Amino acid sequence: MVCSPEHLGLSKAMSYTFRIGIRNHVFRDLRELLAKASPLRSGDQLAGIAATSREERAAAKLALAELPLTTFLEQPLIPYETDEVTRLILDAHDAAAFAAVRGLSVGAFRDWLLSDQVDGAMLARLAPGLMPEMAAAVSKLMRNQDLILAARKCNVVTRFRNTIGLPGRLAVRLQPNHPTDDPRGIAASILDGLLYGAGDAVIGINPATDDPAKLLTLWRLLDELIARFDIPTQSCVLTHVTRQIEAIGRGAPVDLVFQSIGGSEALNRSFGIDLALLREAQDAALSLKRGILGNNVMYFETGQGSGLSAGAHHGIDQQTLEARAYAVARAYSPLLVNTVVGFIGPEYLYDGKQIIRAALEDHFCGKLLGLPMGVDVCYTNHAEADQDDMDNLLLLLGAAGVNYIMGVPGADDIMLNYQSTSFHDALYLREALGLKHAPEFESWLQRMRIVDEAGRLRDSRGGEALPALTAFAEAAS
Amino acid sequence: MKAQPPATPADITPVIEDSWAALRRHTDARIALGRSGASLPTRAVLAFELAHAQARDAVLTALDVPALRRELEADGWKVAEVRSGAPDQAAYLARPDWGRRLHDDSLAALDAPGIGKADLVLVVSDGLSSTAVQQNAAPLLRALRPLLPEGLALAPVVIATHARVALADEVGERLGARIAVSLIGERPGLSSPDSLGAYLTYAPKVGRNDAERNCISNIRPQGLAYGEAALQLAALIRAMLQARLSGVKLQFDPARAIAADPH
Repeated sequence: MVCSPEHLGLSKAMSYTFRIGIRNHVFRDLRELLAKASPLRSGDQLAGIAATSREERAAAKLALAELPLTTFLEQPLIPYETDEVTRLILDAHDAAAFAAVRGLSVGAFRDWLLSDQVDGAMLARLAPGLMPEMAAAVSKLMRNQDLILAARKCNVVTRFRNTIGLPGRLAVRLQPNHPTDDPRGIAASILDGLLYGAGDAVIGINPATDDPAKLLTLWRLLDELIARFDIPTQSCVLTHVTRQIEAIGRGAPVDLVFQSIGGSEALNRSFGIDLALLREAQDAALSLKRGILGNNVMYFETGQGSGLSAGAHHGIDQQTLEARAYAVARAYSPLLVNTVVGFIGPEYLYDGKQIIRAALEDHFCGKLLGLPMGVDVCYTNHAEADQDDMDNLLLLLGAAGVNYIMGVPGADDIMLNYQSTSFHDALYLREALGLKHAPEFESWLQRMRIVDEAGRLRDSRGGEALPALTAFAEAAS
Repeated sequence: MKAQPPATPADITPVIEDSWAALRRHTDARIALGRSGASLPTRAVLAFELAHAQARDAVLTALDVPALRRELEADGWKVAEVRSGAPDQAAYLARPDWGRRLHDDSLAALDAPGIGKADLVLVVSDGLSSTAVQQNAAPLLRALRPLLPEGLALAPVVIATHARVALADEVGERLGARIAVSLIGERPGLSSPDSLGAYLTYAPKVGRNDAERNCISNIRPQGLAYGEAALQLAALIRAMLQARLSGVKLQFDPARAIAADPH
């Protein structure tokens, strides 16, 4: 639908109240209502917008449950005139798709999502009619089990050189980082990952350097590896988008273009990007025509708390602002989107409980909005979390149907200094839930004699290809 | 039906080793760990737990201020102590804003007689790794002292607890210092729980941002050694005094600055 600026900008800010016994809880505006309805997390407390008591939080949820979904169309959280993300959200809104839930309140929308009659096909049709704020709002009324069951209904399938997101499948981003970008060190970690069956989502390096010549070395290394061993996967070097556009201009073999994104124009500016730059990047990647099965060429990362961290949160709670980033992502048909949920630190997500909750919210909101969601299940050493929390979260996300997770040797990223998930963690999830690799990658692993017919690792792996893979790693430069 | 006899230990190979362990010489990444079924072998699980325990201890163990003070005083430094507005370690981790400001009780410590005006103040802060500070702060300062420009008025070394980098801004502003240096425990990695960082700010005052600072990181025996770190620090201080600014606008090439250093 096309919304007129009068309709959007000048609608009167409304307050919301909910009476509990003798106390009347008043919420100044929609942003405050959403913030106070959010499950407890340290980032909203740091921003000074969290509920100040448990009763106030419960009252905010009760008030939010009664709010008509159409309110979000009438009252943008950041004005249409001043924020291009708001303009993207409202200009792209599909009123016909929204018609299925138009008459519902946020609380009734939760019941609708969870009902037996609503299936994945209906949710896929609804997605273009949903604003990110609607997804965020309903998530605040949902328990963890609701977030899992509703997300599980959504299938979002994307393709470049393989097929990611099919039901019963789990892909892994192989993340072979090295503190000095040493090609042999990186190649050694890639070999380790491939032999553990990881790498179907992407082989993606976070480079330590910003030097175009060294970055080109990494793109060429990945291109040679994928071509030499005919691996049905794609590569990415996760540097700033402008570096990737320049590299494409100089003929670098770029498969996926990566960028960190956020849910407001100001936040994206702090990342050095705007929507036009992302379009330019997508066009540049598409011009190379390197996809075989599909043209999903973009890879985005997000994460709750980045808005406050950059001073660009506009008084919006971190989970709602995160959902707005998904509206940015879906405008570019990405192959992969993941929330880097525990990387930002305890001042935004304090402990394992908050990290787990945020991951389930982000995965649900992204899937509901039609995105191929993965999650970097991770934590830092100053967060109150450990490997057991990550084991729990992995199983919950596996049950929710997460498209992919990260694979880092031994869960220890020696460049970024945080703990993510390991190749073994992916084995655990496959074993516990019976999840298979992306189909084309599974066939490759079988041809290479890395996994057996059932997709499980062989005792002796690689067969005749192992010496060639090892030689490739030893010769990398 | 006859039951299968129970498997004896000799029938089972619990740990499957990885044949590419030789590649470990190219990276510190935890590759070729082997596996027990889908899981890590016991030795790899426990090695990881030890590394995480050391990193957590670095974050959570309180800095032993009396011990650090004795060490600094034995080296001939005057010492003052302050604390931030964060009441405890949990609050410190959740509220970086509190860790950036002095506690009211600490203002008096900086106004005490004999402290006075100074050109340079060195603030030693626990930050996110008390281990880093306990092990590396005194040896670094020992290496730095003879390299500092002559005639520079030094404030007492300020030991700050539950402190973020920016706390040094308020300390420096109160003392009228031209430069504040925050020596602070960095966020510990699994393989580096003891990394010390140095953040230098010209004309420190409350509200300075990170773009207005220069940083030297990973100061520890296995990283940037004390002597090299001290040379870089002294060269940066000299460059800031000359340019009268710090941060991204400071033209500074560490190699050239150290080569030109009269020491």
